[in-house]
Amino acid sequence: MAAAEQIGYPCVVKAQVKIGGRGKAGGVKVAANADEAREHAEAILGMDIKGFTVYELWIEEASEIEAEYYAAIVFDRSARAALVMLSTQGGMDIEQVSEENPDAIATLHVDPLLGFQPFEARRLAFDAGIDADLIRPIGDFLTRLYETFIAEEAMLVEVNPVIITPERKVRALDSKVTLDENALFRHKENAALRDPSDEDPQEQMARDRGLTYVKLDGDIGILGNGAGLVMSTLDVVAQYGGSPANFLDAGGGSKADAITSAVEVICSNEKVKAVLFNIFGGITRCDEVANGLIEAFASAKPSVPFVVRLDGTNDVEGRKILADANLPGVYTASTMNDAAEKVVALAKGESL
Amino acid sequence: MSVLVGTDTRLCVSGITGSEGSFHSLNNRAYGTNVVSGVTPGKGGQDVEGIPVFNTFHAAVEASEANTAMIFVPPPFAADSILEAADAGIETIIAITEGIPAHEELRVYTQIKRMPGVRLIGPNCPGVLSPGKANVGIIPASFFKEGNVGVMSRSGTLTYQIGNELAQKGFGNSSIVGLGGDPIPGTSFVDVLELFENDDQTELIVMSGEIGGDAEEVAAEYIAEHVTKPVVGYIAGFTAPPGKTMGHAGAIVSGSKGTAAAKAEALEAKGVRVGRTPTQVAEIAIEILGG
Repeated sequence: MAAAEQIGYPCVVKAQVKIGGRGKAGGVKVAANADEAREHAEAILGMDIKGFTVYELWIEEASEIEAEYYAAIVFDRSARAALVMLSTQGGMDIEQVSEENPDAIATLHVDPLLGFQPFEARRLAFDAGIDADLIRPIGDFLTRLYETFIAEEAMLVEVNPVIITPERKVRALDSKVTLDENALFRHKENAALRDPSDEDPQEQMARDRGLTYVKLDGDIGILGNGAGLVMSTLDVVAQYGGSPANFLDAGGGSKADAITSAVEVICSNEKVKAVLFNIFGGITRCDEVANGLIEAFASAKPSVPFVVRLDGTNDVEGRKILADANLPGVYTASTMNDAAEKVVALAKGESL
Repeated sequence: MSVLVGTDTRLCVSGITGSEGSFHSLNNRAYGTNVVSGVTPGKGGQDVEGIPVFNTFHAAVEASEANTAMIFVPPPFAADSILEAADAGIETIIAITEGIPAHEELRVYTQIKRMPGVRLIGPNCPGVLSPGKANVGIIPASFFKEGNVGVMSRSGTLTYQIGNELAQKGFGNSSIVGLGGDPIPGTSFVDVLELFENDDQTELIVMSGEIGGDAEEVAAEYIAEHVTKPVVGYIAGFTAPPGKTMGHAGAIVSGSKGTAAAKAEALEAKGVRVGRTPTQVAEIAIEILGG
């Protein structure tokens, strides 16, 4: 309320969530006075917008709007260049505009080495059908947007709406930014924006331990080495009628402590009924994975069955180590298909 | 013949004095690769088991006549090292480093494309192996032998999986090319398709793709127009949910774009057979080659 009092009335109460479409969902309301501001704030806080709970509000001065535009810059990997987009049909339904009337969005690719040039800004503004008196201010706006896109190493910066006030001023009313995870090491202030409250607990735990983990809906825990092999393992498990609970890439040199961490993360998901270890050793050595698994069983004491497939570098040694250890509920498989079939049966409660 | 690396390769390794860099450089040399030099700024004059180290790529190229570079330095320095290698006249640059920021990768890609005769493989790739001739990178060479199947892949371990299944049935490889898992790889499927099409040793091409981007769709068009040799495809990530990065920075379904199903359909529409499991890929390849 202090923010609203400071800004004065009318003001706008907005839900701060990391998803679009909040206006439609009732997450943006204009308040004419303090009572209305309080009423809207109470209604919006705690609201669920497409699965995201509203914990924070943004209060701003209500703007008089003459026109709503749309501006965005996206890292276009297919074209291998940044794509700048501008439309006079901004506001709530830009996704619909892009589908039904793509010509209403003017687009232009930027040379990555030259950068966004003033003539490109003008061309885009004219193409979008912007009024003559706004060509320069909109061009300046796009130039600053591109500078931000580059400076912050963003994958997307989107401003919707860009509004034109009755005084013909250009203002950004709302924006969405996606950042490059690989560049965060030199953007500490951006890295600090990560909000653990909206992350899955297992994903958070995996991140803390330096593992690549993605939570899925199913009940079969998956671990493999190498992103492609893990993706492929999920697919093969699904083909055998199973439903993967996660993606977990233990990485190139999967060492014993990484395996222990991985087992703990996978098993902390209560839905998991069986676990598949699919290792094709390149840099990863199968004997190290086997030793890691034995250590993991000693410390984490998992209660669900494991199917382990070890192939590649030092596979014979690895299989022998596992056989000698005779871990409870651990089954071995010789091929990926065999492993998938076994783990699916175990998850269904069948015995092998 | 083979593609990209072979008996003519003269390799210079950037980051050769690091623990990973030296380990894999020596592995590559043990395989028979001609490792002629290394670069580590400030360590010029030293050597790694007899491989001379230089301060700059320019000095290394002048002294050792290197024509191929392997980049093994950490992400904050890798883009710079690639550009240095290109500036020094290296023709084939193989970047193993994972985690180069996307904007930097884009600038490097654009610059390299403007330098005639320079080719970048990767980043975030396992390298290139031409069995019996040369190995540049981290591919475990012992699983592969010389033969007539060319393999190109966005994933390392998946390549080993498919290659191993072929090897067990007695088939070997002309070259195995790791393209890398990043959003802007220096070399695409199309580039390598052209190389394999023109390579006498290659009789069949295996293409292992994954979700994200449109490299597989573009390759499907290219195959229909320009490739006479049989191509067998594989796509990983049918079960990947949209909006999630699956390990590789480039492996992400954005909205409805970049799905495995769309890629498999695009390939099949152009007559490319797509295996649904790595095992099936090997089976199709063997069926075509008449094993």
